Amino acid sequence: MTQLTQLIVQGISSGAIYGLVALGLVLSYKATEVLNFAQGDVVMLSAFLGWGLVVAAGLPFWLAFVAVLCISAALCFLLEARIMRRIVGRPQFSGVMLTIGIGFMIRGGVSMFFGPESRSYPTPWTGQSMQLGGSVVAELNLVIVGAAMGVTALLYYFLRRTTLGIAIHATSQNQLAAYLCGVRVKRLNSLVWGISGAIAALCGLLLAPITLVDLGLWFVMLKALAALVLGGFGSAPGAVIGGLLIGLIEQFAGVYLPDGVKDVAPYLVLIAVLVLYPRGILGESHGRRV
Amino acid sequence: MARYETGFEDGRRLLRGKQERLAYGLLAVALVAAPWVLPAYHIGEATFILIMCVASLGLMMLTGFTGQVSLGQSAFVGIGAYIHTILLTQGVPLPVSLLLTTAGAALGGLLVGMPAIRVSGLHLAMVTMAFAIVCEHVIGRWKSVTAGHSGMAVPDPTLFGLSLGGPRAFYFLCLVVLAVVLILLVNLMRSATGRAFIGIRDSEAAAQGLGIDVARTKVLAFSLSAACSGLAGALLAHQMQHITPEAFGLALSLQLVLMVFIGGLGSLRGAILGAILIGLLPSFISSLKEALPAKLGAQFGLELFVYGAVLTFFVLLEPGGLNARWVRIRKVLAEFPWVRKSSVHKTKVYMKSERYR
Amino acid sequence: MSAGFFEVERLSLSFGGVKAVRDVSFSIRAGEILAVIGPNGAGKTSLLNLITRVFDATSGSIRFNGQDILRLARHDVVRQGIARTFQNIELFEGATVLENLLLGRHRANHGNFFSQMFNLPSVQRAEAHTRERVEDVVRLLDLAPFRHRPVAELPYGVRKVVELGRALAAEPRLLLLDEPASGLNPEETRRLAYWLEDIQAELGITVVMVEHDMSLVAAVANRVVVMDQGQVLTDGTPAEVQADPRVIAAYLGT
Repeated sequence: MTQLTQLIVQGISSGAIYGLVALGLVLSYKATEVLNFAQGDVVMLSAFLGWGLVVAAGLPFWLAFVAVLCISAALCFLLEARIMRRIVGRPQFSGVMLTIGIGFMIRGGVSMFFGPESRSYPTPWTGQSMQLGGSVVAELNLVIVGAAMGVTALLYYFLRRTTLGIAIHATSQNQLAAYLCGVRVKRLNSLVWGISGAIAALCGLLLAPITLVDLGLWFVMLKALAALVLGGFGSAPGAVIGGLLIGLIEQFAGVYLPDGVKDVAPYLVLIAVLVLYPRGILGESHGRRV
Repeated sequence: MARYETGFEDGRRLLRGKQERLAYGLLAVALVAAPWVLPAYHIGEATFILIMCVASLGLMMLTGFTGQVSLGQSAFVGIGAYIHTILLTQGVPLPVSLLLTTAGAALGGLLVGMPAIRVSGLHLAMVTMAFAIVCEHVIGRWKSVTAGHSGMAVPDPTLFGLSLGGPRAFYFLCLVVLAVVLILLVNLMRSATGRAFIGIRDSEAAAQGLGIDVARTKVLAFSLSAACSGLAGALLAHQMQHITPEAFGLALSLQLVLMVFIGGLGSLRGAILGAILIGLLPSFISSLKEALPAKLGAQFGLELFVYGAVLTFFVLLEPGGLNARWVRIRKVLAEFPWVRKSSVHKTKVYMKSERYR
Repeated sequence: MSAGFFEVERLSLSFGGVKAVRDVSFSIRAGEILAVIGPNGAGKTSLLNLITRVFDATSGSIRFNGQDILRLARHDVVRQGIARTFQNIELFEGATVLENLLLGRHRANHGNFFSQMFNLPSVQRAEAHTRERVEDVVRLLDLAPFRHRPVAELPYGVRKVVELGRALAAEPRLLLLDEPASGLNPEETRRLAYWLEDIQAELGITVVMVEHDMSLVAAVANRVVVMDQGQVLTDGTPAEVQADPRVIAAYLGT
């Protein structure tokens, strides 16, 4: 029984991270219809910045936390405002290529600047654990799950209930019409990217103490894509649910399926979903009118 | 100098006019003479570029002409490399092994293509990317066949007892393979199937209305590009002399996509130009490393950064790729001094959601 | 029932709760120009999409020279001799005018994949012949100045003509045009009318056009079918239909 709970706890914690990264992806996708392949690199960059501020510069954790959040948000804001905006109207492929290119640059830059060694830094929750349902749960995991749920709830409220959120929906469906309705489309898009940057920073800062701050952090992006697909493209709650499921699938695959399947489980799920049931769990289906 | 057509066959002619014949003739001479002119290290580099051209041409067929984004070509390159190596170690002669490898990769492309065509655009990019990752993993774990992560040694290529392993001989082998592949693909693109590919890329609805079996043609494109990748993989195996699964992972896929994108989607010339640029990038980066202070030049960070910078540059400033630049330069040279900027007025573009069209 | 040229019988199409086409029956006589008119949302484009198998009909039948159309795969429709144009131009934007037209002739025999790769003489001959046929279309529609221009650069009116040409290149017996005059100025519309008359008289092609431009309809159409809310309201000559009070009510509302 305890093994089961342990698996579930582990699955939910890592799943929450995938879900959060996926959430950031969904946001920028909904607004500008570009899948930001650089998201994983922003996660990684935030982790490194966190390390830099906490360990190298000696700042207290919470200050560094807020600082990194702001820096990442500003970075993504500028990314959209200065760079992504230039390729509006071009086919989707251009956007993918551009974000891949920028992702490479970020990854390369981080590697050059910080060097290749893995590192870690202390958080208020490192080393703390609690008893939950008969098994030991690291406090950090709880924080991660809590953060994921908190962010999801906040975003849900923001997107559905506030004028700004509805405006974001509108621009994602028909930009020209939104302009004509007086929506400040460009500013809105950059804002959305800024938010997804902040979410990415959150992921990076929370994830690093678990997996160490190193270049492999970028791989979280690929699993987030699987989460996105499973939950349904374009659906924010779907992204989080998908993430949790991927996390759980991973853990259970590690125990119940043959050796080695665990590493590729998320990708197998991605392929299966897209080929067999492309809508995903909460996704929208769409077609082309001729 | 406009080129006029005087007959119905003129439209399909490959070399039009004396200038083109001269230019390509000189190119051919240069390519054949290269191994005797270049120092040994550069022959190896040139050979690598030739091999990448083959893979790049294959991907161009799929992505550039048929419009199917594939981030999974590295899987077929790897499959090609391993099949070829295994066949050679079993004593199969080189030409037979190359043909079997190509056929095997084509079959793989067929099997992957059939489910893949149900998916398009961004989804297809993700499916193929996941496929590449899974394949690399499978190759690494299938120790009984592929010797896993310790890799396999690749036997020397020999033809009728003569060794083709030396730098010059191998260069010519790759050159011949590239020439054959190029001619076959050029022929295809100026025929009905080539046009059908373009039709599918630009409007599936219209293509179907004109009698193109979209599903079948897409699978054909997948199979064809997989075949090219597999063939390139076989040659790459000889180049590397020792193959490991890591060499055929997502990074290689991205490199190939970079080649076709930077070269210019939708042109065979673009595939070649892109392969040349990306193929030369590693040595460019090495020389850059020597020029920079030690800390910045550290390990592969610089490489990634340069790749990213090149890609970003091309997306933002030269979306048509090297081919677009080439065509523009050629136009300028042809029309000088009556050159003018393109008379196509760019209207302001707004993003229209591709989901709700 | 005698096997007419083109018979539509009790055709229906529903999307979920929406009945786009309801119990539509009409026939087309060989060699005529039939116009399908009606207010927006009447189901006219859906009708064309049903004929070309873009949509699957919920019920009913379509017979073309005795052949059941509803059993065909989408890419087999043109082989029966049915070609179409689209409401929002679906040209191959990455290609030139000539390439678009050459694609129109795709269903002609071009040899298989391997013979194309090796550029066998049979393929060369087929290609030359295709080019020859396509040049006929170029001549008919005055597209010679635009032959090698990329389609994306051309003005709207020319693009419409190229789409028409591409459909003609398929050598159809039945030509379906979806709003061929939309977006054209009066001069271009007049030219279109002349071409339609030529297509009917010299090429012997039967034309069905969904159209809103009543002047064009009055000028070229032999018969008009009026649709409203997915159903056929009436049919007759352009003069009869224009005078019919039910048609007027459908357009203007009672």
